[in-house]
Amino acid sequence: MSKTQLRWLALTLAAVIVAAGALLWVNSGSDGPRVVTEDRVVATGGAQLDTTLYLPEQTPAPAVLVAHGFGGSKESVDGDARELAQRGFVALTWSARGFGRSTGRIALNAPDAEVADVSRLIDELAKRPEVQKDGDDPKVGITGGSYGGAISLLAAGYDKRIDALAPVITYNDLGQALIPNSATTEPLPGSPSANAFAAQGVFKRSWAGVFFAAGMGGAGFANPSAEAAEPGSDNDDQLDSQDPAAAAAGDGGGAPQGGLPPGRSPGGDQGMGPCGRFTEQICAAYTELATTGRASQSTVDLLRSVSPVSVTGRITQPTMIVQGEQDTLFGLDQSDATARQIAAAGGKVKVVWYSGGHDGGRPGASLRSQIADWFDFHLRGRGSDPGTSFEYAVQGALRAQGAPNVRTITAPSYPGLNGTATERRPVTLAGPQQTVVNPPGGNPGSITSMPGLGSVVAGSSRLASRLAVDMPGQVARWRSEPLTSQLLISGASTIRLRVEPIPGQPVPEDGVVLFAKLYDVSGDGSRTLPASAVSPLRITQLPAEVTVTLPGIVRPIEAEHRIEVAVTTTDQAYAVPSQPAAFTVSLADNAVQVPVVPGTRSAQTPPMFALIGIFAVIGLAIVAAVIAAIRRRRADDVDESLVDVPLVIENLAKEYPGGLKAVDGLSFRVEKGQVLGLLGPNGAGKTTSLRMLMGLIQPTEGSIRVFGHKIYSGAPVLSRIGSFVEGSGFLPHLSGEANLRLYWAATGRPAEHAHFEEAIEIAGLGHAVRRKVRTYSQGMRQRLAIAQAMLGLPDMLVLDEPTNGLDPPQIHQMREVLKRYAATGRTVLVSSHLLAEVEQACTHVVVMHRGKLVAAGEVADIAAVGGEATFRVDEPDQAASVLGELSGVTDIEIDGKQVHANLDGTPRSKALGALVAAGVAVEQAGPRRRLEDAFLELVGENKA
Amino acid sequence: MSTNNVHTDPTAIGAMEEAASHEHLKVQPDGSVVGYKASRTLRLRVELARQLRRRRTQLMLGLLVLLPIVLVVSFEIGEANPNRRQGGFVDLATASAPNFVVFALFVSGTFLLPMIVAIFFGDTIASEASWSSLKYLLAMPIPRHRLIRQKAISSGILSLFALLLLPTVSLLIGVVWYGAGEAVSPTGDAVPFGDGVMAIYAATIYIAINLLWVAALALFLSVSTDAPLGAVGGTVLVAIVSQILDQITALEDLRNYLPTHYAFAWSDLISTDIDWSEMTRGAFSALCFAAFFGFLAIRKFTRKDITS
Repeated sequence: MSKTQLRWLALTLAAVIVAAGALLWVNSGSDGPRVVTEDRVVATGGAQLDTTLYLPEQTPAPAVLVAHGFGGSKESVDGDARELAQRGFVALTWSARGFGRSTGRIALNAPDAEVADVSRLIDELAKRPEVQKDGDDPKVGITGGSYGGAISLLAAGYDKRIDALAPVITYNDLGQALIPNSATTEPLPGSPSANAFAAQGVFKRSWAGVFFAAGMGGAGFANPSAEAAEPGSDNDDQLDSQDPAAAAAGDGGGAPQGGLPPGRSPGGDQGMGPCGRFTEQICAAYTELATTGRASQSTVDLLRSVSPVSVTGRITQPTMIVQGEQDTLFGLDQSDATARQIAAAGGKVKVVWYSGGHDGGRPGASLRSQIADWFDFHLRGRGSDPGTSFEYAVQGALRAQGAPNVRTITAPSYPGLNGTATERRPVTLAGPQQTVVNPPGGNPGSITSMPGLGSVVAGSSRLASRLAVDMPGQVARWRSEPLTSQLLISGASTIRLRVEPIPGQPVPEDGVVLFAKLYDVSGDGSRTLPASAVSPLRITQLPAEVTVTLPGIVRPIEAEHRIEVAVTTTDQAYAVPSQPAAFTVSLADNAVQVPVVPGTRSAQTPPMFALIGIFAVIGLAIVAAVIAAIRRRRADDVDESLVDVPLVIENLAKEYPGGLKAVDGLSFRVEKGQVLGLLGPNGAGKTTSLRMLMGLIQPTEGSIRVFGHKIYSGAPVLSRIGSFVEGSGFLPHLSGEANLRLYWAATGRPAEHAHFEEAIEIAGLGHAVRRKVRTYSQGMRQRLAIAQAMLGLPDMLVLDEPTNGLDPPQIHQMREVLKRYAATGRTVLVSSHLLAEVEQACTHVVVMHRGKLVAAGEVADIAAVGGEATFRVDEPDQAASVLGELSGVTDIEIDGKQVHANLDGTPRSKALGALVAAGVAVEQAGPRRRLEDAFLELVGENKA
Repeated sequence: MSTNNVHTDPTAIGAMEEAASHEHLKVQPDGSVVGYKASRTLRLRVELARQLRRRRTQLMLGLLVLLPIVLVVSFEIGEANPNRRQGGFVDLATASAPNFVVFALFVSGTFLLPMIVAIFFGDTIASEASWSSLKYLLAMPIPRHRLIRQKAISSGILSLFALLLLPTVSLLIGVVWYGAGEAVSPTGDAVPFGDGVMAIYAATIYIAINLLWVAALALFLSVSTDAPLGAVGGTVLVAIVSQILDQITALEDLRNYLPTHYAFAWSDLISTDIDWSEMTRGAFSALCFAAFFGFLAIRKFTRKDITS
């Protein structure tokens, strides 16, 4: 039984695995709604743009332009465009000037170049019948990451046909992004991640280099390819993304080797000078920056004219600004400025900070779907209003099952947009005035980030914090006391610093360059630089007292951790002055002001179907239980005429699956005071009958009545039966005595009804009754089981092969026990395959064979005397005639060499004497044993 | 006498005869003897006494007490990586007592806790069958629906006790070693100590609800086989296969139908704003599986022929 069950279980499991595999295989082939693409080259003033139009299943539909990042091409946003088309938008991608197969020179989103190109593309869209229009005005949205985010903002500023936009990880002012200065003496805006945005910044050398290289057609480090972690997202994708090889194997757009599409040689038709495909103007500005580390006013103006900051004052379209928290290129301060400027212009702004960025990864599936929701609502009024809330992701340190855990916190609006100010908590720092030194040539420098490799490095927080190295002598630090509770920094903290020259030491003519950082210091002193971010600052006049905006981060600082603000003179990612210098730095105000944006966790409301389902399942279970209870309350089936008859079996049959009839048409009756022997060879159906008597097995046919009550499983009348069927059943870890007591306790009957003492004495185990049952011999268990059956002195005792395993004296005692027990007016039913056993122990007998009743009656009746005798003789015929002549002798039968006769009162010795006198040789003379005849016949048949 | 000097004193037979001839059992209308009542059979106290005296039960509970101690000792030995924010949630475990408990629940959640529930429920009827004592329980008679109900309830009490024992011992040990600090969630949220303790016990209750499917499946296998190991092993095997399938991200939303999919939804409780959606889904999923297997178990047990 159990083996087949286990096999069945294994089969089911195998089936589940196969089904899962099949689904996996089928799933990998499905693509969702069908999307039709159309490639075209659009000629604009000064360039031939390579475009692809993605048409959804249902048109007309609003259009969304999807712009690619720096160093990419229209292929790198193929996935995003396809996703939008599947969401029911007409999507348009194009390779910007100088990228992919498009011709022209890169002007960094100049109004008369790239921005004009977008207007030209919208003209083309307006001509398409698939695009939904209001009169002549097509419904158009625009989105894109990084360089593509900037063109989104710029195009929305210049072309009012754009109805909604969602710029992702982009800059507000390229000048401030590449040449930032975070020190100011002016008051700061009230938004959470505002940066000083002061002039005369420090050149972000390595990122600028990466960018310039991307424009040369080289590596595409500039854009993240892996997805950032999201709340509730599954671990595996992100785990892969931390593996550089896996990232490289991803889509070509952002992968390090994928800068150029196949078939196009670097330079190509453009002619590869030192400027690559950049316009002369841009090239000259970069060359100036890269060689001097400083920007002239014309360069600053040029960068500003191609930056969104030049048009944000005109953007009134609904804007969803998505910025990354892991971004040393375009930090949270850039989106902060854009949000403020658009809100001031009257645009509707929603700000989302997600856990990725240029160092972290591109938006994940749920954020992309949020962007599509934005267009759904603002382009065609579908879905619920996404509103103007502010959401930010908090990345926890705990990794359940390898997944970086992210939760999203939602605030009603972005603080600082409507005259409100961000809450700032002061955290007191302690530390003296410290001297810092700028080494000649700015080398060795502190290390904080690895531009372009950020996503690889930041994926492992362990690696990222190891990267942050401050050189001794170049750093000043101030630390807080350990925090008493967690502090969630959400934005850019500010601090006031005083920088003073050391008398006699030179002050560089370029001013003092410093890098301010905020460290999370754990209880044991190890330091982590959140987001690997630093705030560079340049102070031109010493002594100075300035407000420094630290990098915009989202970071929970745990209790027991400290906040440390460090100021260094060097950073390898920036161009630092080469002249040696030394000066002192101290705190002008001993508190760092930490921005805190309270909000609620973006919790989904509990799904209704599950809530209702829980109650439905519980309700169903209760209903099922009630129905089952009602059905169990069957009327007790009593035959009043039989209430004094211990056992009546009528036409009982049991057929096992497979057609084996273990019991077939068995009927017999047992009266009080009888010791009934159920006799039959092994396999006769004795045990099956007894199991049916105990309600363990459901009969196929017929009925069993005990004291008139019909037997079924759990019938109350079973409490009048004490049983021992097919072996003992004890808890092996308990003693014999404990077993008996727990058995009785389980019946729930009063302890005084049990008669423990007498039962234990009957078992006669002596001191062994206190040993564990597992140490018992077969015979000891047998006796304990019989004692258990006698607990409560039941009206009927059912014993299956009770003498098995007992030795002859014990068997003798057992017979005595059974006889005397029955003599008290009780009934004993004993099964046995031994004829002698039944003959000696029982008053009545039922003989069974192959499930059928063979004989039944009093043992004395069937087995012995009553006048019948058997003679074994040499001349049976002669013997029969001799016996026939004796008076009163009847029923003479000849059976081989035996002659049976009913002597009826005639002494056997007299009959024997007559036979001998007649000259018959008598070998044997005795009572006739009908039972033995029958039984031997059966056993013989059994053998055959 | 041969069999270990075991014999019945002849006077014992006399005493038995004496007692039997004086006592004649009275009978109730339903045919049972006076003193018998189906609703008094196999009371929980008795069944718990039967189970608690087993070495297996004692070992299991002992293991749960020992586990937090083993964890603390391992942390003390392996203090190689001092930065607690770096390596993931293992490093957060030593941050505070609630975090230590969360860690203990995490490490035991995949295998140990389902296995304990599987043992208590899978063994309960199959072991009686393997000792042959099941037939005597049924012949007392304990009605079958009552037997399976009492067995299930007592296994449930033992499982719940075991599930509560682990966080309680971990909490005590955690307070002694790591102090009563804030609980830091997997997503970096911080919860004060008092709320953290509440969350831990709420999480334990969620785990108990979520493991209902294990209980019901184990009970079903327990009434289907006479081999206790088969019932326990079969259940654990299903749990493992479910966890493996849950790792295959390509199965996407189909994984939501796996019984183990929401096993760790309780981690949402360690938070300042609690998101109940995953836990609601998890409870629903567990209840559905539990109802299905529970129904099968009861149906099978009340109808089957007891042949062992």
